[in-house]
Amino acid sequence: MKYLRDIGKYFLMVKLSFTKPCKKNILYRLVFKEINDLVLDSIPIVSILSFFIGGVVSIQMALNLESPLLSKTLIGFATRQSVILEFAPTFISIIMAGKVGSYITSSIGTMRVTEQIDALEVMGINSLNYLVFPKIIAMLMYPFIITFSMFLGLLGGLLAMTLTGVPSEAYIQGIQMDFDIFHVTYSYIKTLVFSFILATVPAFHGFYMKGGALDVGKASTQSFYWTSIIIIIVNYIITQLLLS
Amino acid sequence: MIEIKNIFKSFGKSEVLHDISARFERGKTNLIIGQSGSGKTVLLKCLLGLYSFDQGELIYDNVYSSKMNDEEKMNIKKEMGMVFQGSALFDSLSVLENVRFPLDMLTNYSEKKKNEIALKFIERVNLNDAINKLPSEISGGMQKRVGIARAIVLNPKYLFCDEPNSGLDPKTAIVIDNLIQEITKEYNITTVINSHDMNSVIEIGENIIFLKEGIKLWQGNNKEILDSKNIEVEDFVYSSELVKKLKKN
Repeated sequence: MKYLRDIGKYFLMVKLSFTKPCKKNILYRLVFKEINDLVLDSIPIVSILSFFIGGVVSIQMALNLESPLLSKTLIGFATRQSVILEFAPTFISIIMAGKVGSYITSSIGTMRVTEQIDALEVMGINSLNYLVFPKIIAMLMYPFIITFSMFLGLLGGLLAMTLTGVPSEAYIQGIQMDFDIFHVTYSYIKTLVFSFILATVPAFHGFYMKGGALDVGKASTQSFYWTSIIIIIVNYIITQLLLS
Repeated sequence: MIEIKNIFKSFGKSEVLHDISARFERGKTNLIIGQSGSGKTVLLKCLLGLYSFDQGELIYDNVYSSKMNDEEKMNIKKEMGMVFQGSALFDSLSVLENVRFPLDMLTNYSEKKKNEIALKFIERVNLNDAINKLPSEISGGMQKRVGIARAIVLNPKYLFCDEPNSGLDPKTAIVIDNLIQEITKEYNITTVINSHDMNSVIEIGENIIFLKEGIKLWQGNNKEILDSKNIEVEDFVYSSELVKKLKKN
């Protein structure tokens, strides 16, 4: 019953975040702040992870495609498919559930504990619109991070292959081989859905948390746990619907 | 003026407020006192509209809250100011930005006018030297004063204070109490203070309501409370050995 009640509460929270909007100039300011905190600040970690994981993926592909009967272009092909279809949108989103999700939960949770949310409510301000809506809008920039991650993942693979001795021409040719634009579309559809989950699920855990400072930490852990699970389940559903 | 008539409030099976009726006068410092768990905070949150009650009537200057639509309820909230127990200042905003916040959110004044109004109230609470400081860079007493300035910046009709001097040393606590009383008189506000501090009760208690286990047991002022003839009130007032000794002498 608790889970059903929480699901209902989550959807009501999402609905309320879109009602009684605050003034446009305030909203612009909040959105730009959130773009900076949630999106731009995530670029360093996404860059490092994408570059090196891209390298590791290509090395593992090369290891598994050692047969002289198999073309070296397959390494680039398989790396591209792994990076674009799964690694960049899903793996990075799970990392972001830890990085962005815990930031959202702890910042909103701390506001709850220190009565800042009550202060907003007493002033007659829709606290959900003020706190959650700018995050949802800011996370619309999330596909740019994923694009960046895809590019760096493939670049990492290229560097790893060059260092391993695989001709870079073969790798690049593999990246271009049998390219299906729908795979990229599928990846961006997933990314947009994940961006909404990344903004709202941690906000839910922060907004409705109860207790003190210790409970903010617990709420952050819960937020990471549920955001990751929801991303994995939604990933399966979207893949089943679009690729099966 | 705020009036409550026969308010009942329960959380699940536990009744927190039982048949409370009271009148909070304009231009007076009205205190709700009682031990922890007596229902003070719940009553204050009912007055603020943060909690709905199960039965009873809440009347703001002859307007019944039960007859208000959502827009009227939102408008009445704009006439309320609240000083929180922990100040509830926005961490990332400076003192000036915190005081200006309600003006930014709820008015269409120019930047210049908003700054002028905010600075006037910052000056009123004697914080001119701290306008650009963050809440973390100022003392607890200063944070309370910022909270008071933010609460009155929109010239509210009603001011609510939840244990405004908790965590403060006695001297600073008296400064905060007196500031609230001065502001109440100066702006003719209906002020309701939630407190369990006897110093506040004696200093500024013009209309005091004593709660115990969700029931209103006594009402009077700071002069009457010292000789209330009510065992429960006397237990609360003279709970400290020091006060008992002072009474004997």
